Amino acid sequence: MNKVITLNHGSGGRQSHDLIDGLFADRFRMDKPLTDSAVLPGEGFVLAFTTDSYVVDPLFFPGGNIGKLAVCGTVNDLAVSGAVPLYLSATFIIEEGFGFHELEMIVDTMAEEADRAGVRIVTGDTKVVGRGKCDKLFITTSGTGFLSSESAHISSGKKVRPGDNIIVSGSLGNHAIAVLGARNNLGFSSPVESDCACLNHMIRDVLDSGADIHFMRDLTRGGLASVLYELETITGYGMNIKEKSVPVDEPVKGLCEVMGFDPLYLANEGKILIVSEENDSQKIINILRSDISGKNSSVIGEISNIKNGNIILETAGGGRRIMDLPSGVQLPRIC
Amino acid sequence: MKFIEEYRNSELIGKLAGAITKNASGKYNFMEVCGGHTAAIRRFGLPSLLPHGINLISGPGCPVCVTSVDFIDRLVSYSRLPGTIIATFGDLLRIPGSKSSLEQERSSGADVRTVFSGFDALQLAVSEPRKTVIFPGIGFETTAPGTAVVIKQAAGMKLQNFLVISAHKIMPPAMEVVAGDGVKLDGFICPGHVAAITGSDVYRFLPERYGIGCVVSGFEPLDLLQSVLMLVNQKNSGNPSVEIQYSRAVTPGGNKKAQKQLFEVFEPCDAIWRGFGTISGSGLKIRESFRSIDAETRIPLDLKTTAENTSCICGEILRGLKIPSDCRLFRNVCTPDNPVGACMVSAEGSCNTFFRYS
Repeated sequence: MNKVITLNHGSGGRQSHDLIDGLFADRFRMDKPLTDSAVLPGEGFVLAFTTDSYVVDPLFFPGGNIGKLAVCGTVNDLAVSGAVPLYLSATFIIEEGFGFHELEMIVDTMAEEADRAGVRIVTGDTKVVGRGKCDKLFITTSGTGFLSSESAHISSGKKVRPGDNIIVSGSLGNHAIAVLGARNNLGFSSPVESDCACLNHMIRDVLDSGADIHFMRDLTRGGLASVLYELETITGYGMNIKEKSVPVDEPVKGLCEVMGFDPLYLANEGKILIVSEENDSQKIINILRSDISGKNSSVIGEISNIKNGNIILETAGGGRRIMDLPSGVQLPRIC
Repeated sequence: MKFIEEYRNSELIGKLAGAITKNASGKYNFMEVCGGHTAAIRRFGLPSLLPHGINLISGPGCPVCVTSVDFIDRLVSYSRLPGTIIATFGDLLRIPGSKSSLEQERSSGADVRTVFSGFDALQLAVSEPRKTVIFPGIGFETTAPGTAVVIKQAAGMKLQNFLVISAHKIMPPAMEVVAGDGVKLDGFICPGHVAAITGSDVYRFLPERYGIGCVVSGFEPLDLLQSVLMLVNQKNSGNPSVEIQYSRAVTPGGNKKAQKQLFEVFEPCDAIWRGFGTISGSGLKIRESFRSIDAETRIPLDLKTTAENTSCICGEILRGLKIPSDCRLFRNVCTPDNPVGACMVSAEGSCNTFFRYS
């Protein structure tokens, strides 16, 4: 069979990793591990730089639209690297025939969201392609910001040690289920709203508290499982996760049962994972819970002292099993 | 969550596991036939709760896993016909045929769409009158009645552009092959959803002719552990029988209405099972009276049946003779991203669940 790109290569799972590591990062000689933002030390400053494309279908869904995703996603990628997000670019690829009113609504949302996050959209590009050459609208945003040299280690996971606590900032899976529900071909409507939100202020509060943060990532494509797998790969430590402590809202749980999805693998757009010293975890939880986006935050497990260990999930019933990187597409085009 | 959390109660799970450990002495080989059971057993980490002497073997009840290379080759051929849409359950996309898969064909331009039911496929045919929509009917007695109803509707509507290719199968003949296959089995955990349609009486030949006990089980951790306990007790008493653990859904006689629908549209035929070869009377083909909906009648294909990969031991795994880690392709060549055998494709397949959860 001739090797071709399939939807699986964009899923955030194993094939995406293989494509990015084996082709892009390899040919571009990028520094590893690859992180949400590139962290670039300069003379007397450290710069964070990131980019992301958005192809969500449908463009509007409960709790947001493609524009909100495009701003929040890039702001969050900068923020979880420890940076203060400052400037964004926005590129629009628009299909001929796309409604001006819809475009206006999306751009207004982006402006509002950028104001709320305290970032400025300062440059961009527009391309229009013929009907059928792209699906309505694709957006790419890039972003940059500065971080203190004390925070530069956060995305690398260098300080992660056995016994560290693993924290998630809230209920998982809402974004994926909200987008799925908004697609009219699935035959269900759900009360679930996307968690899409800029988290930079909440993250700043955590960093300014002086808590010792050893690692931070946002839980987007591939969900919690994907980020834990990444953490295992870069640190070499196994993890023990308690399924009972992983927050999942009731409607999401129910829909996952019906559709056969696992919330641990579903995408979020307003959730982060933090690894910290055990002594600091309560302080971090208190700060997260004072923000609306972090109100269901919880310690879900710890880094184990087994080198080259696995991610062991203690299931709600008390059984134990290995949690692996998701493979293939759970749901295409949700971000 | 109501009606789910209750069946995952850790205290009760602990108690049941304790009772199993107390009652079990020596070795027990139990086969869970259904892929849904295999996935639940792994997902909830149940083997970690059972005493070492209890060995759970995965059987041939994942419909995706037993789908033949020949059937996939047919779908691939159909997908290449101009003006044709293959409207399929997502699981079928990645099963390898002899040279290609539906996923590969879709990446090369074929119109292959994922649907969640036969009704979705029928709707698609109504909304795309210029295209021919082919729905692969796949699954056991659980899903076959649904396909039957869709076929009857399409026939009633005199829809010209909706066709079904049937790979539907029935469970008992394959269980009979396993029972007579030289695996020493002490009990079957029987598929709950299949039995909701067929009733539990269809398994009576297993204790009667082969001396193997049967418990029809639900899909939650407490269901499965209770079923294991019932099988342990059956084995200890030396009195194998058919019991129903999943009594909230299953009766001895089953769902007569669904059975009627099923046999109005389908009739038994011989069918190829991946890894088993042809099993007599184990398939369901569309009856003559509904031939206008039958893809194989309307668009006959002249395809040679191709051999399966001889290194792949899916067949022995499905028959309970080997486990996935016995296969030299497992994890090296055959992975969920690049499945060689069908057991690696479906989330319910033995190799796939072993890969992810152990």
